[in-house]
Amino acid sequence: MFRFASLVVAVLLLTVPLAQGQGNDPLSFNRLMPSPDTRNAPPAEDGIHDAASEGTHMLQTPREAFQPLPESNAGNYVDWVTALQEEHITPRFDLNDPTRRPTVMDLNIVREVKGSMPDVVFPHKEHTEWLDCSNCHPAIFIPQRGANQMSMAEIMLGEQCGACHGRVAFPVTDCRACHSRPKDGAQAAGGQ
Amino acid sequence: MSVGTRVRHRAWQGGIMAAALLALVMTLLLAPSEARAEYGDVVMNNYSDEADMRPVVFPHWFHRIRFRCKVCHGDLGFEFEAGGNEINMLKIIDGEYCGACHNGNIAWGVENCELCHTGKPGTETQVHGSTLKRLVTPASQSQ
Repeated sequence: MFRFASLVVAVLLLTVPLAQGQGNDPLSFNRLMPSPDTRNAPPAEDGIHDAASEGTHMLQTPREAFQPLPESNAGNYVDWVTALQEEHITPRFDLNDPTRRPTVMDLNIVREVKGSMPDVVFPHKEHTEWLDCSNCHPAIFIPQRGANQMSMAEIMLGEQCGACHGRVAFPVTDCRACHSRPKDGAQAAGGQ
Repeated sequence: MSVGTRVRHRAWQGGIMAAALLALVMTLLLAPSEARAEYGDVVMNNYSDEADMRPVVFPHWFHRIRFRCKVCHGDLGFEFEAGGNEINMLKIIDGEYCGACHNGNIAWGVENCELCHTGKPGTETQVHGSTLKRLVTPASQSQ
């Protein structure tokens, strides 16, 4: 009897980690790396929508909408900027006038950063495709060189770039998407 | 083995079995409850719970396929802050905020309560998957 009980307990204890890992994915323990088949879940299974609501089942599923769009490694797993550039999507710039186009400004701002990370290149071009100047200036960024103090800590708390990046635009885990201009050798070696 | 020992032995076995079963049931109950909604989905629950309605889930991804950020965050006056806009049904019916489109003209009208109010009751106001939420949420409860 005792041996049988031990066996049952052993089987149960082995089942627990399997159930937690939801399969054989070796990365399933890492909350930041959900396995690909759990991404873009349909509303009824996403844990936020109420499956008991009739409306939940009438909504479009993200998988269906994203199927023709270029992929990325984080966020919605959609490369939204490329999707727009390659006209996979043609979102309106004006609520009522489908012919209105944004005024795109092609100006890169380079921000030299402390530490050994590559400098940040901020492309106005990609941002003005989506946004109006007044979305960022002057409330979030003063449009003047050297007037804006920034830090990753504040960005991760939702300030500055973090108003969008880390909420809707690609997340801050994509370090090299912003920190994209390598420093010259001497600077990097000096740790500056 | 005396009768007393056997009874104690049985009780001990029963305890282990019960504990193991409890662990299994807890795991099976907890595992599917992990939220893995879309990055940028905004849950708005400023007034919904009080009004006995499900909270609103706003899918950013669905809207950004159709409109650029500027349309809502510039022209319609939405702040970059979940729950920071104090939207209520009166304003929506008057054509403000969501009501600029959700009027039966550009998108479905306000009579389709169930299509926007789809959140699980009691879900807090949040941007789902945001860095801030990940930083403050313990790993065990996170997506």
